[in-house]
Amino acid sequence: MIKEIVVIGGGASGLAAAIAAKKKNKDVLLIEREAELGGILNQCIHNGFGLEVFKEEYTGPEYAYKFIEEFNSLDIEYLLNATVIKLDKVDDIFIITLSSEKLGLSEIKAKAVVISSGCYERTRGQITMPGDRPRGVITAGSAQRYLNINGFLVGKKVFILGSGDIGLIMARRMHLEGAEVLGVAEIMPYSNGLNRNIVQCLNDFDIPLYLSHTVTNVESDEFKRLKAITIQEVDSRFNPIKGTEKHFSVDTLLLSIGLIPDITLLDDFDIDVDPKTKSAKINQAYETTVNGLFICGNSLQVHDLVDNVSKESSRAGTSAADYIDGLVTSRQKIKIIPKENILYVAPQYLDFGWSFKELIISFRSSKKLEKAAIKIYQGEKLVYQKRRTFIVPAEMEQVSFPYSELSKDEDLRVELEEL
Amino acid sequence: MTKEFICIVCPRGCHVLVDDAGNISGNQCKRGETYVKNEMTNPKRVVTTTVRTVFEEIPRASVKTLEAIPKGLIYQAMDLINQVVITKEMKIGEVVIENILNTGVNVVLTKEIKRKEVK
Repeated sequence: MIKEIVVIGGGASGLAAAIAAKKKNKDVLLIEREAELGGILNQCIHNGFGLEVFKEEYTGPEYAYKFIEEFNSLDIEYLLNATVIKLDKVDDIFIITLSSEKLGLSEIKAKAVVISSGCYERTRGQITMPGDRPRGVITAGSAQRYLNINGFLVGKKVFILGSGDIGLIMARRMHLEGAEVLGVAEIMPYSNGLNRNIVQCLNDFDIPLYLSHTVTNVESDEFKRLKAITIQEVDSRFNPIKGTEKHFSVDTLLLSIGLIPDITLLDDFDIDVDPKTKSAKINQAYETTVNGLFICGNSLQVHDLVDNVSKESSRAGTSAADYIDGLVTSRQKIKIIPKENILYVAPQYLDFGWSFKELIISFRSSKKLEKAAIKIYQGEKLVYQKRRTFIVPAEMEQVSFPYSELSKDEDLRVELEEL
Repeated sequence: MTKEFICIVCPRGCHVLVDDAGNISGNQCKRGETYVKNEMTNPKRVVTTTVRTVFEEIPRASVKTLEAIPKGLIYQAMDLINQVVITKEMKIGEVVIENILNTGVNVVLTKEIKRKEVK
C-alpha cells in the first residue's frame, strides 16, 4: 500500500501541513516520535503564540491544542512513538523506514513526503569554550523540558550564554521557580532574542544582559560538577579583552547559542543545501531539489514566531497535495539570491512549473536597520520594493508579490537598502 | 526628555516614544498606546507556570493567569500556584485558582489533563 503523503513530525509544522493536505482530500499519514502531538510547543508554556493566526494570545500548549483539535476532527491517520530512521526514493516512490515499539522496524511507502522535523539546539561541542567539562552545562531547551514537562529545576545558581529566545524565557522561568539567575552573556553587540523577551524576561526581573561578552572559562569542582564561570568582553573580532573578566559562582550554565534545522533524514539525498539556513534549498512550493520532497517549519528555517511556521507549513501541505494531483508542469526555475544586508532568503528558487499567484520570500537581515527599503531586482529591473522600519536579524521578515510578469530566464536579487 | 518603551503586546516590539507633554508616538496600533500608558502607571503581566498533578505520566500541567496581574504580585502568585495539586481530569481553560490575590483574575489550565494512570 502506498500513502499519498507522509508528514514526518507532529509539531506545529507537521500538524499544519497534514491538515492542509487532508483538506485537499489527500490520503495523509503523520509520524511523530514523541508520545503526544504538539512538538516543542508542549514545553513552551509561556504566552505570546497565535497573535497572527488567531488574533489571540495563547501559550504553547494551547496553540498546539487548537491544531490538534482540527487535526483530530479531520480523522487524519497518525503514529506516535515512531521515529523515522531512514528516507529513500526509488523511482517516484519514497520509502520511509521507521522504528517504533508497537510496529518494530517497518517500511511505509509514499508518493510525497513533507519533512517537518523541527530543529535541534547547538551544544557546547559546537562552539569553542575553554575550561573544564563538568556536569551542569546544559542547553536551554533541555532545561525547559526538565522543568515544564518533568517538573525538575536543573540548578539553583544559573548563568546563561546566548540571548536566544529560549535562553531569555528560561532566565525568567528559572528565576520565578526560585533559582538565582546571575546574567545572560551575548557575544554579539545586540540580542538575538525578540524585544518582548528582553523586556519581559530580563528587564522585569533586573537580570543583567552582557552584550559583546562570552564565557571564557568553565571550572568544575572535585565531583566534576560546575563550580564557576568567567565571562569577558570581546572586541569587534570576538577576541576576549584582557582585564574585563567577571567571575560567577554557578551550578548551571544554560546554552542558548542557536538552533539548527534537523535534516538528518536528507543525508541520503543528493540535494542542494543552503549553507546559510543549514537546510535544503527549496522552491516557492517548499519543494526541495528532489521532486515530491517538501520541507517546512523549523527544519527549513529557524523561525521566531510559530504563527509563521503554521502558515508556511500549511502552504507546504497544500503544495504536496497539488503535486499528487499532477498540477506541476515544467521545471524551469530561476535562483533567488540574497544580496546587500540580507543573511538568507527562502525560497532559493522560483519554479515556473508551480502555478501560484504570489511569490512569498522569507528573509533575515544581516544587521540592525532603523529604516530600510526591501528591493528585488531581476537584471536591472526593480520588480518589487517596500519600505520597512526596525529590521533586526532576530526577526524574520516576509514579502509577497505576484510573479506572473517575471522573466523566466533571469535570477532575482533581494537587497535591503539602508535609508 | 523623551522616554522610550519597547511595546511587548505583540511580537512586533514597536519602539514607542513618550515626550514630556505625554504625546505617544511610534506605536503601529492602538494597543501600543494602551500598553505604554499602563507601563507608566500600573504595569501588569500574565504569569505562566506549571502545577503538580498526581498522574505519573503528566507530572506537571501548565497554567496561566487568564489576564495580566499587577507586576508587583508575581512572586506571591507563584507561591500560591506552587501549592496547587491536580487530582482529576481537567480541560484547557478550567480554573485552578479563582480570583488570585483578589485581582479578579483566575488561574486556568493551558494543558488538557487526560488520565492515564493514578499513583
